[in-house]
Amino acid sequence: MDSDLSPQDKKDLDKFIKFFALKTVQVIVQARLGEKICTRSSSSPTGADWFNLAIKDIPEVTHEAKKALAGQLPGIGRSMCVEISLKTSEGDSMELETWCLDMNEKCDKDIKVSYTVYNRLSLLLKSLLAITRVTPAYKLSRKQGHDYVILYRIYFGEVQLTGLGEGFQTVRVGLVGTPVGTITLSCAYRTNLAFMSSRQFERTAPIMGIIIDHFVDRPFANMGHMHPCNYRTADEDEGVTYPGVEDSQEVCTTSFSTSPPSQLYSFRLSYHPPALGSADLCYQPVFNTAQPHQMVIPGKEGGVPQAPVQPSHGTPADHGRMPTCTPSSMARHIPATPSSSREEAETLSQSSEAKSNSPPDILETTFTRKVGAFVNKPANQVTTACLDLPFAAFAPKNFDMEENDLMVNPPDSPVVESPLQGSLHSDDSTGSSGPLQDDFVMVDFKPAFSKDDLLPIDLGTFYREFQNPPQLSSLSIDVSAQSMAEDLDTLPVKLALYEQKIDEFDAFVETLQ
Amino acid sequence: MNCRSEVLEVSLESRQVDEAMLALLHTILLHRSTGKFHYKKEGTYSIGTVGSQDTDCDYIDFSFVRVSSEELDRAMRKSVGEFKDALCNSGSDGVGQISLEFYQKKKSRWPFSDECIPWEVWSIKVNVVSLANEQERQICREKVGEKLGEKVINIVEVINRHEYLPKMPTQSEVDNVFDTSLKDVQPYLYKITYQITDSLGTSVSTTMRRLIKDTLAL
Repeated sequence: MDSDLSPQDKKDLDKFIKFFALKTVQVIVQARLGEKICTRSSSSPTGADWFNLAIKDIPEVTHEAKKALAGQLPGIGRSMCVEISLKTSEGDSMELETWCLDMNEKCDKDIKVSYTVYNRLSLLLKSLLAITRVTPAYKLSRKQGHDYVILYRIYFGEVQLTGLGEGFQTVRVGLVGTPVGTITLSCAYRTNLAFMSSRQFERTAPIMGIIIDHFVDRPFANMGHMHPCNYRTADEDEGVTYPGVEDSQEVCTTSFSTSPPSQLYSFRLSYHPPALGSADLCYQPVFNTAQPHQMVIPGKEGGVPQAPVQPSHGTPADHGRMPTCTPSSMARHIPATPSSSREEAETLSQSSEAKSNSPPDILETTFTRKVGAFVNKPANQVTTACLDLPFAAFAPKNFDMEENDLMVNPPDSPVVESPLQGSLHSDDSTGSSGPLQDDFVMVDFKPAFSKDDLLPIDLGTFYREFQNPPQLSSLSIDVSAQSMAEDLDTLPVKLALYEQKIDEFDAFVETLQ
Repeated sequence: MNCRSEVLEVSLESRQVDEAMLALLHTILLHRSTGKFHYKKEGTYSIGTVGSQDTDCDYIDFSFVRVSSEELDRAMRKSVGEFKDALCNSGSDGVGQISLEFYQKKKSRWPFSDECIPWEVWSIKVNVVSLANEQERQICREKVGEKLGEKVINIVEVINRHEYLPKMPTQSEVDNVFDTSLKDVQPYLYKITYQITDSLGTSVSTTMRRLIKDTLAL
């Protein structure tokens, strides 16, 4: 097979595949940073942009990719995979998608390496740019809710898709035939994100209550020291140290929403937003580790690119590297700094273990009622003005809890002013509070303007506030009659005054026209 | 040569037409644009760099990538704007089609004008719907976003079949294959046309041929 390929073509092809792999990783990771990516077109070729595409190189990402490749190239039976996962504040993680660059045995002997293969790889990268914005993980990564963190992991070898859950979908980005095999790029992504919300249904009310109280009292308190470059929870808890592992991490915080959106349940997780360290990693200026490459192609097909310069490593640091030892096969999530890597790897390896052993325990999410975007309020401060449909499913449980609280300590009813109103409602209020204090039954309460089983709003308070509204003053005969008489008396005086000032009014009207 | 033809269909609200059309047309053009060619002696040329830019939609739960070229974006917006105006003002039931056609020019002898030979046509059929309330609009916003995602995957799938593409031209022929009028990128020669179906749905009452690039002769 290789004997059909000239040495120069073979060398070029290997180079193309290598830099294609590096650029693929860059595109995928940058698409999950949570920010809009913008690179400039340049009419003059700089010689530094592989595949004629302006794709910035984040040095740490390049470094991680090269480390994963370890001098090999994606080939038949050797896939390069980029795994995108989501990590909660409790350290639980969930795989969202796995991008896979591999090669099959179908060869295209007649294809021209330096021209056609190169251009088709460029096209494939453009397709990757488009597809990375379409999978569900893109929206998750774009929502900067300071709750979830998006991580990436690069590994080489056999594709692992078991973490994507049941019913994961695959999308093929494209393929490029070469004389040594067909390069294929595809993505397998999790579709069933709704399992997170369904787990909440399985929880009993007291658990949710505890979580609410816990985080309402001291929001983000546990997470104050956490930031993406330096996950130290495992270290603090267990004091385990690992050998230094060079690492880098792109972290994008996000709030998690399940799909489909019509049954949206937003989880507010207590998680501190990433500190500046990760932001620096994410937004470093272009640091082109790709080799300078001047593509010179003759007018007709064929021709050979100029000999390229050898690439230089973007990251000069060269820490001692040892693979992280974890029981599970998910070896190396990628923290940002060497000192943090061990703790991060420890945390994530434990979480991956926990995940495999006990899926229902993964998401100990904090449930905070959503009264407005990114606003946490204690339960009893939720008012009728803040009804929010997405939490409908949670309403009965919280609703019950709230009712429990309020029935035990009912708020004072408003003072009844109208004798008519008072006679109608006083008995009800007395009657309602009495039995409810003794024996709480919520089911039949359906006051007007408040949907049942909707938000965990304080239905009892609402009812009490509005069951005795004050009498409208205009409806009171005495008051209205009195005001009318006064108006009639003062009317001639007012008219005389207006007639005196008629010129002023005319001038004012003219200024308006 | 057979012209490759692909048809995409979307149903959406009138306020979503602009963004949906831009998303799909830009996705296609991203794949059908190269950097600027710089010809050198001895028949060699170098290619400029194409940048990319994320764009978020306001009325659709969707983001897409387009070529970083303000000129190209302006041209697309102009065409899409005209299409949307025609769609909304025609008095039809909101059904129309916008087509992006890639073609090559073939020089003919005088007095005949140059021939335009299409090699790829993308047609997007649009069906405008009216929604009754905000909840339906919210659902539509998300559903159209998902639909556009599927269309992007369709587009990528077609493009990656690597079917016919014009040969890379010599310097004298480059204007027959590429649109060289933009200063930062070089898409293949293209034109955008649209048709609005009238309310009877049986015939095309309005056919307007708007040229983005002046390629047709008199």
